[in-house]
Amino acid sequence: MAKQHANWSPYDNNGGSCVAIAGADYCVIAADTRMSTGYNILTRDYSKICKLADKCVMASSGFQADVKALQKHLGARHLIYQHQHNKQMSCPAMAQLLSNTLYYKRFFPYYSFNVLGGLDNEGKGCVFTYDAVGSYEKVGYSSQGSGSTLIMPFLDNQLKSPSPLLLPAQDAVTPLAEDEAVDLVKTVFASASERDIYTGDKLEIVVINADGLRREYIDLRKD
Amino acid sequence: MASKQPDALLGPESDSQRTQYPYVTGTSVVAIKYKDGILMASDMGGSYGSTLRYKSVERIKPIGKHSLLGASGEISDFQEILRYLDELILYDNMWDDGNSLGPKEVHNYLTRIMYNRRNKFNPLWNSLVLGGVKNGQKYLGTVSMIGVNFEDNHVASGFGNHLARPILRQEWHENLSFEDGVRLLEKCMLVLLYRDRSAINKFQIAKITDEGVTIHQPYSLKTNWEFSAFQNPSQGAVGTW
Repeated sequence: MAKQHANWSPYDNNGGSCVAIAGADYCVIAADTRMSTGYNILTRDYSKICKLADKCVMASSGFQADVKALQKHLGARHLIYQHQHNKQMSCPAMAQLLSNTLYYKRFFPYYSFNVLGGLDNEGKGCVFTYDAVGSYEKVGYSSQGSGSTLIMPFLDNQLKSPSPLLLPAQDAVTPLAEDEAVDLVKTVFASASERDIYTGDKLEIVVINADGLRREYIDLRKD
Repeated sequence: MASKQPDALLGPESDSQRTQYPYVTGTSVVAIKYKDGILMASDMGGSYGSTLRYKSVERIKPIGKHSLLGASGEISDFQEILRYLDELILYDNMWDDGNSLGPKEVHNYLTRIMYNRRNKFNPLWNSLVLGGVKNGQKYLGTVSMIGVNFEDNHVASGFGNHLARPILRQEWHENLSFEDGVRLLEKCMLVLLYRDRSAINKFQIAKITDEGVTIHQPYSLKTNWEFSAFQNPSQGAVGTW
């Protein structure tokens, strides 16, 4: 018999779900705080949301070590940007930087699934959604991570984004008011944590609007 | 043909060995925050596959003035990590500026070491637990061999994730006294001793507070193998013999 021994993989899936919704003058970004590996819960209180600039935050799920490396890298790049330009990076600029950063590792990818949310230069909400190797798209709302298969169709049903094929291009922002969007986010996570074992424990919600950035937390299922 | 002498092109790394599987391994480490600091426990076994090869391996070590490191996994990789940390602390002391690295800094350093080695496809085969206290601030975190890292009020590596953390989640609270903390860790270690075949009945418990590190002498726990489930494990289990 061949010798049996432990093997290893450079990747792990630590689970978690992320959602972002853009409105006319706000953006809501949310993620649960559970971190898992296989059937184990590693911790119930790990934030997946990272503030990259004053009006730009990223929520990431996937492989925690890669996500952390990505966050540190973007943080360092943003510091350089501030020194060179004496201003905060805009959300669309950060979106392009994130795409380039992910594609730079195309052949040994960051196993991270991101949504980037914030306000654009006109103060309008914007959401960018990515795959692990950097393809991205500007949308009105999006979901990534282990619960995205449960969350995304629900958002589609509730928010009915205009077709991207329409000419002239329709605005992608949702018609909801800020408090309605926050309520919707709470509902989708409460629903996702019923069926997705990698989503739960707590929900962290970040709201960005003209007043600045606000955080709130609600409890989710812990089982 | 270039392909006949690839060594010269690939550099000195090409003929070196990488750890693709572990040789001598240690099993779980369990650690908790308590009222005055951090408590950490591990047994002293070193397994060579399923052979219990070493029975006196110290898997908990003090790092600098404020930190305590516990390791499970490949023992030689742990010893290499200790060499890295010795150098780190030495170079930090050479500044002689009255500043010193705290547990947060050491944990972050370990995080980068582990992740960097996995990026080179040459991992350090360990799960590390780092606890410490600096300026009254308690810190407890962990890093895996591929760089996954987090902080929590209680952590465990290996089998401890399955067997000890459910007990800790049920019984841990912020204001555990030293005695209650030790009792809780001993409860975890006893369960691991009963159910983890590579665990042995020779433990070390270490404590770190603002006053410093204390690693207690190795000792054994009182076991009871007379539980009826141990007497006849398959009784009532349909379909077994």
